[in-house]
Amino acid sequence: MSFEYAPAPESRAVVSIKPKYGHFIGGKFVAGSKHFPTVNPATEEVLSQIALAGKAEVDAAVKAARKAYTTTWSKMSGKERGKYLYRIARIMQERAREFAVLETLDNGKPIRESRDTDIPLAAAHFFYHAGWADKLEYAGLGTSPKPLGVAGQIIPWNFPLLMLAWKVAPALATGNTVVLKPAESTPLTALLFAEVCQQAELPAGVVNIVTGDGSTGALIVNHPGIDKIAFTGSTEVGKIIARAVAPTKKSVTLELGGKAANIVFDDAPIDETVEGIVNGIFFNQGHVCCAGSRLLLQENVAEEVLHKLKNRMEKIRVGDPMDKNTDVGAINSKEQLAKITELAAAGDAEGAERWSPACTLPAKGFWFAPTIFTGVTQAHRIAREEIFGPVLSVLTFRTPQEAIEKANNTPFGLSAGIWSEKGSRTLWASQQLRAGVIWANTFNKFDPTSPFGGYKESGWGREGGRHGLSAYLKGVSHE
Amino acid sequence: MSFYGLVDGSDASLKSYLNNLSGVDQVGAEARAAMLATRSIKTSSKRWAIDTAITMVDLTTLEGADTPGKVKALCTKAVRPDPTDSSVPSVGAVCVYNDMVSVARTHLDLIGGQHVPVAAVSTAFPSGRASMAVKIQDTQDAIDAGAAEIDMVIDRGAFLAGRYIDVFNEIVQIKQVCGDKAHLKVIFETGELVTYDNVRKASFLAMAAGADFIKTSTGKVAPAATPPVVLVMLEAVRDFYEMTNTRIGVKPAGGIRNTKDAIKQLVLVNETVGPDWLNPKLFRIGASALLNDLLMQRMKMDEGYYSSPQYVTMD
Repeated sequence: MSFEYAPAPESRAVVSIKPKYGHFIGGKFVAGSKHFPTVNPATEEVLSQIALAGKAEVDAAVKAARKAYTTTWSKMSGKERGKYLYRIARIMQERAREFAVLETLDNGKPIRESRDTDIPLAAAHFFYHAGWADKLEYAGLGTSPKPLGVAGQIIPWNFPLLMLAWKVAPALATGNTVVLKPAESTPLTALLFAEVCQQAELPAGVVNIVTGDGSTGALIVNHPGIDKIAFTGSTEVGKIIARAVAPTKKSVTLELGGKAANIVFDDAPIDETVEGIVNGIFFNQGHVCCAGSRLLLQENVAEEVLHKLKNRMEKIRVGDPMDKNTDVGAINSKEQLAKITELAAAGDAEGAERWSPACTLPAKGFWFAPTIFTGVTQAHRIAREEIFGPVLSVLTFRTPQEAIEKANNTPFGLSAGIWSEKGSRTLWASQQLRAGVIWANTFNKFDPTSPFGGYKESGWGREGGRHGLSAYLKGVSHE
Repeated sequence: MSFYGLVDGSDASLKSYLNNLSGVDQVGAEARAAMLATRSIKTSSKRWAIDTAITMVDLTTLEGADTPGKVKALCTKAVRPDPTDSSVPSVGAVCVYNDMVSVARTHLDLIGGQHVPVAAVSTAFPSGRASMAVKIQDTQDAIDAGAAEIDMVIDRGAFLAGRYIDVFNEIVQIKQVCGDKAHLKVIFETGELVTYDNVRKASFLAMAAGADFIKTSTGKVAPAATPPVVLVMLEAVRDFYEMTNTRIGVKPAGGIRNTKDAIKQLVLVNETVGPDWLNPKLFRIGASALLNDLLMQRMKMDEGYYSSPQYVTMD
């Protein structure tokens, strides 16, 4: 006898996906000219046709945002702006199930994560920033902080609605208007968010959403009518954006890649550490810029931790993202799957040892089994390049000093994890690590009150918390 | 006594054994238990879980007001939880105070319940505040009266004072009294030990001393069998199996009142120690009200609607 969990699928009936979508400009949905499909990565089913914004649409969106900024939003009191943000937050909570189902269909992440993490956190970002809207004078960012103007915001596919919230909520709270472009492969929750803006009666043009691919993103980045660029995505694209805005007056914040070290000292609480390792790399299929993708184990506990980690990985439930018991869902796109597959093959070729638990992957859709590579050294590609998938590279170290040197020996610096029951060691290590976010005895925990951002090639500026406000205000240092 | 070769019975060896245990991070343990509580158990798996949970119930009455009549009624219910449906299995055991053991055993044998063991709470339950001589006699009485399972309490005062060796020796002595006549369940009263570090320490201490089962609580102190406490104990049992090749059982008791809570416990077992533990030889749930909720949920699955509580027998 065994305890097999019967299928527990979340109902799809709560969402109605239109066959075709336009852009959201000046408070209205306007038809697009060219379209491209968005697919459910778990089934390869085409969910809808998405409009591809060209110059005309981006111009119209920037114009609408400018008009809303000049005539309405920058003149409105913080107290009134805050009311709109609260209203949006409440509607997001009311429609949370709809958002969660849509996010899972479009992105491939498990419904448990969209339901319990993405959507509640997105609403929390609006609640948090609603509170700041009328208190900016007291944020320690100058006595009369002023908005920048029109913000162009380009967001990734790994946390579509949550990244939208990270961008839109602080921009609106500080009095800016926005032109936002969701990722090519995950536009649906942003388009539902546009409906929420209408429902909240947000003044027309304060939020504009144009859909498209990299060419649309480039039009936004290079648009002369935009005052600030906020981008989350790859380091490669981040560098292109940095070059493009360098000769302009545009402000810019970049939240880019990472190759985080998750450091396990020999006095760590082992069972919770194993949970943290799993959460660090397999949460959201490893499509997380701050994923704990390099596991650094102190050599005297490496064997024990690996043994427990493998046992734990045998329990990971990979499969239908709509099933409430699924832990790891689908890879977001064919392109991403190819990239993960290529880097994992490089791991094999360079002599690292690959291990995955026994699991049956669905025949259709894009899937990659949770994987660990042991025997990895600093010289391996899988220890240096961001894989952005459910692949963990395991390295060992002998002394705390060596752990820090290895952890910092990367062009990235987004996040890091420290596992130890000794407070003094944790504090010492956190002071040595060159990373924007450091978790102690936990991993991948997010909160709107906590600033998030990277060192080195992981980005410029911070999002969230009081620090994040400064990125949308004039004359304030970005660090 | 060999104590699995883990300790030699001395204070120093016990201290070194316990000091080698890794700590438990409170936030992490609670987060893991909360995540497993989101598992959605439906249809065929729910049906399986309900029937499995019924076989794991230690149907309990531990009141000053217990009478032979009350205990006999409990025994009848234990053998045939639903008199109208013979497909409902008997429960795991009947759990009573020492002086009610013979009443329970006699009545069970009389009504065809030879397969249902009687468990007796022992060692000055629930506080454990008595001399060792009294605790040994308490246990001996219960075994003489027909108890096949002894649920002893540890001396929490000694544990919290750091006198681990005293706690250890008590378990060793009670185990000697049990011999091969009775299974020994060791109750920690986790609500008094408070920290997960203490729960993990007590688990390893009791297992090395000879416990067949480790049990959360007496049912007299809250909080009792919370999911993170049970998680920590299941992890200890899993690790102990890897160290010694011996499977120790786990018994959460106290606060598990409905089917949902019981199924959460089974999920914890399934995803921590695995399916080998999903049987009454290695997992029991100490409860009284739980059984009727399991029966009502079972009826609901058969009939498609909830019945009034009057459709299940009160005892």
